[in-house]
Amino acid sequence: MSALLEIRNVETYYDLIYALRGVSLTIETGRITTILGNNGAGKSTILKTVMGLIDDQPDKGEIHFAGQRIDGRDTEWIMRRGISFVPEGREVFEELSVRENLLLGAYTRRDRRAIQADMEWIFGLFPVLKERTHQWAGTLSGGEQQMLAIGRALMSRPKMLLLDEPSLGLSPLLVKEIFAIIETINAKGVTILLVEQNARMALSVAHEGLILENGRFVLQGSSATLQADKNVQEFYLGMHSEAAVKGYQRWKRKRAWR
Amino acid sequence: MLDFLQMILSGIAVGSSYALMGMAMVLIYKTSEVPNFAQGEMGLLCAYFTYMLLDGFGVALEIAIPLTLAVAFALGAVLEFAVLRRAKNPSVLSMIVITIGMEMVLLGLVSWKFGADQKTLPFPISPYDSVALGDIYISSLELLTLGIALMLMIGLFIFLRTTRLGMAMKATQQNFNAAKLMGIRTHRIMMLTWGISAVVGCIAALLIAPTIMHPYMMWDPLLKGFAAAVMGGMTSLPGAIAAAYLLGIIENLFGGYVSIEFKAVVAFAIIVLILCVKPSGLFARHYVKKV
Ligand SMILES: Nc1ncnc2c1ncn2[C@@H]1O[C@H](COP(=O)(O)OP(=O)(O)OP(=O)(O)O)[C@@H](O)[C@H]1O
Ligand SMILES: [Mg+2]
Repeated sequence: MSALLEIRNVETYYDLIYALRGVSLTIETGRITTILGNNGAGKSTILKTVMGLIDDQPDKGEIHFAGQRIDGRDTEWIMRRGISFVPEGREVFEELSVRENLLLGAYTRRDRRAIQADMEWIFGLFPVLKERTHQWAGTLSGGEQQMLAIGRALMSRPKMLLLDEPSLGLSPLLVKEIFAIIETINAKGVTILLVEQNARMALSVAHEGLILENGRFVLQGSSATLQADKNVQEFYLGMHSEAAVKGYQRWKRKRAWR
Repeated sequence: MLDFLQMILSGIAVGSSYALMGMAMVLIYKTSEVPNFAQGEMGLLCAYFTYMLLDGFGVALEIAIPLTLAVAFALGAVLEFAVLRRAKNPSVLSMIVITIGMEMVLLGLVSWKFGADQKTLPFPISPYDSVALGDIYISSLELLTLGIALMLMIGLFIFLRTTRLGMAMKATQQNFNAAKLMGIRTHRIMMLTWGISAVVGCIAALLIAPTIMHPYMMWDPLLKGFAAAVMGGMTSLPGAIAAAYLLGIIENLFGGYVSIEFKAVVAFAIIVLILCVKPSGLFARHYVKKV
C-alpha cells in the first residue's frame, strides 16, 4: 500500500490565530479515515489547508498528494491532481440549476458521454436530485444541498474525497443514507477523509480515526481501537461508565492523553 | 402624440448607451464586487486610440475598430491583473478608491496626450444623418447604437447561458472558492470578465464619440449607466438594461414636458426615489441565503 495523502508537520495560522500546531497524517490509498474533534479543534482548517484555501498557508510543513508536493499551490491546481472537497457550508452555486452545478463538478473533464453517465449514477445515488434537475440549487433544502454538494464533488472522478461534516443538519435517516453512500463511493476505489461531529457514525464506517484537540492530534488508531478507548467513549461517543457501586465516590474522568 | 412618440424613441436611443455602460459595470461588479468608476475612462482611452489610428495614422476603419476592441480587452484584463489583484484582502471602500485612482490616471493620460478640446472622430455616419420611421425621426447613429446594443445583449446572454466559459463566469461570480474547488481558474475568469466588460464600455464610447469627443465625454454616460445598474439591483444584467432604457425615456419626457434645464438631474432624483422605496433595486431577485 502506498500513501496517497501525506501531511507532515503542518502549521496553519489565521493571521495571529495559531490554528494547526504541527499536524501529521498519512492516508493510504483506498481507506476511509475520519478526523474527530470538538468545535474549534481545527478539523475544517486541516481540510482547507490541504485544498490551499487559506491564503499563504500552511506556514510550516509539507503536504504531498500522489507523490507530488501540493502545499503552496492554487486550489484549482490541487483539485486537478484528483482531490474533491465538500466544504462545511455546502457552498453550492445557488443561482444555477442542480444540473448546472453537477456539470460544473465535471468542469475539468471533456468526455461528454461519460459525464452524462456519471450524472445518471449520481441521480441513482440521490434520486431527489433527479426530480429537481432544473431547480435553482439555492432553493433546495439543506439536506438536498448537501447531497448536491457530494454529487458535485464526485463528478470530477476524484482519487480522493474530503468531506467536512456531511451529516450536519440532516435527519437521522438521511445521515444513515449518507454514510452508506460514503461506503459505496469508497468501494468504487475513492479514498476518503471524513471530518465529523457524529463520532459514532464516523467510526462505524471508517477504517482509521484520529482525534484532534486544539490543533494537535492527540490520539490515533483503527476504528475498533478508538471505539474501545475509554476517553473516546466518554468524550466523543457520549457513553458513561456504569453507575458507581454504592459507597464509592464517582469522579469525572480526566482526559488521560494530555 | 407625435411628439410623445418622438420623445420615447429618442429616449430609447439614448438609453442604449446608458445600457451598455450599465452592463459593463454590472459584469465587473458581479465578479470583483466593486463599482468600477474607471469604466468610462477605459472607454475614453479606447475611443482616443481609435481617433489616433484614424486621424493620426490613417488606418482604415475596418482595421481600426477590431484593433481597438482588442486593445480594450487587453486593457481590461491588464487592469484587473496589474492593479486590482494586487490589493491584498481589500475592502469595498479601498477597491472603490483604486478604481477612482485608475479613472484619474486614464483621464490624465488622455488629456495630456490629446488636449482638452473637442475632437472630430472621422466616422462614416455623421450624427446629423437621420432615418424616418413614418413621421418620426431617429438619427442613424442612434439607430446603430440601438442595434449594436441589442446585438451585444443577446450575444452576451447566449454566451453566459450556453458556453462552458460562460458557466464558469457565473460560477465564479456566485461563489469564488467553490468555483476554485471545481478546478475553474478563477484568476483567468476575472481577467476575462474585465476584458469583456472593457469591450462593452469601449463600444459605448465609440458610439458616443462621433457626437461628442473630449476628455469628459464619458462622464454623463458613466453616471447614468451606474444609476441604471443601481436601479436594476447592481447584479442583474437584464435589470440594468431595463432601468437604462426607462431612465432614457423618463429623462426625455421630462425634458420635453417639464423642464429642459433639469433634464440631466432627473435621473438622480429617480434613483433617490427608488432607493428610498425599494433599496435592493427595481429588478433585483433578492436572494436570501439559507443558513
Ligand atoms: N477564517 C478564520 N479566521 C480566523 N480564525 C479562524 C477562521 N476559521 C477558523 N478560525 C479559528 O481556527 C480554529 C479552528 O477552526 P476550525 O473551523 O478548523 O474548527 P473545526 O474543528 O472545524 O470546528 P467545527 O466542528 O465547529 O466546525 C478556531 O479557533 C477558529 O476560531
Ligand atoms: Mg469545521
